[in-house]
Amino acid sequence: MKVNDIAEKIGLAVTVAGDLQKKVTDCYISDLLSDVMAHSKEGALWVTLQTHPNTVAVAVIKGISGIVITNGRQPEPETIKKAEAEQVTIMTSPQTTFEIAGQVYQILRKS
Amino acid sequence: MLTVDPIEGCFQLMGGDFTNAGAASSELKSTLTKLGVVSNIVRRVAIAAFEAEMNVIIHAVAGTMHYTITPAMVKVVVTDMGPGIEDIDLAMQEGYSTAPDWVREMGWGAGMGLPNIKKNADMFKLDSVVGEGTTLEITIYIREDDEG
Repeated sequence: MKVNDIAEKIGLAVTVAGDLQKKVTDCYISDLLSDVMAHSKEGALWVTLQTHPNTVAVAVIKGISGIVITNGRQPEPETIKKAEAEQVTIMTSPQTTFEIAGQVYQILRKS
Repeated sequence: MLTVDPIEGCFQLMGGDFTNAGAASSELKSTLTKLGVVSNIVRRVAIAAFEAEMNVIIHAVAGTMHYTITPAMVKVVVTDMGPGIEDIDLAMQEGYSTAPDWVREMGWGAGMGLPNIKKNADMFKLDSVVGEGTTLEITIYIREDDEG
């Protein structure tokens, strides 16, 4: 399952298109950056409320396949700039983290 | 094992510079990848280096990250001019943090950084003088049986 496929299935808005063909192998939910540093797996989709530029740095270090920002929040302009430079995909949704998590779980379980 | 000169480098870190946080660790990660170091080792070094970099940005005025890469190991030394750590045992406890609230709101300061650095390092040395600064030295060995 690719980032693109998941974005289409759930209706995520792509704010920054990094590698949309990247394979999504897992998903991690957390608003604590050190928790993501410690426990997320490479290739995971990261669902969070955080919108600041450090999210991009964490995504690069951990090999995150894409960041999903929930609850209608938007990434900060600096975050967008960094994500474009680092080719990190950022997507947004008006849905809650719970709703996104449920859908991603169903998709990854079937794929 | 080939006998080659170690590869060394150094990054300057600025306290409070959240905008460029992760730049040093990302560059180190990319250097290791280009050298063909196995990805499991690259991942461990990158995680430990990033957490150490964040500690300088969150707590210190300024610091440096110095790395040495040999065929057998990667060593990272992060030295800062900062407040120092009063109680290192306490600082090593998961969940303990002295980070201010606004840093916690960004999702940092969960008290997971130092334990996570230690978890990813084969050798871990933390020295600190209150009012002067902190030096963190970590070594990660590259073993031939490491999985890619």
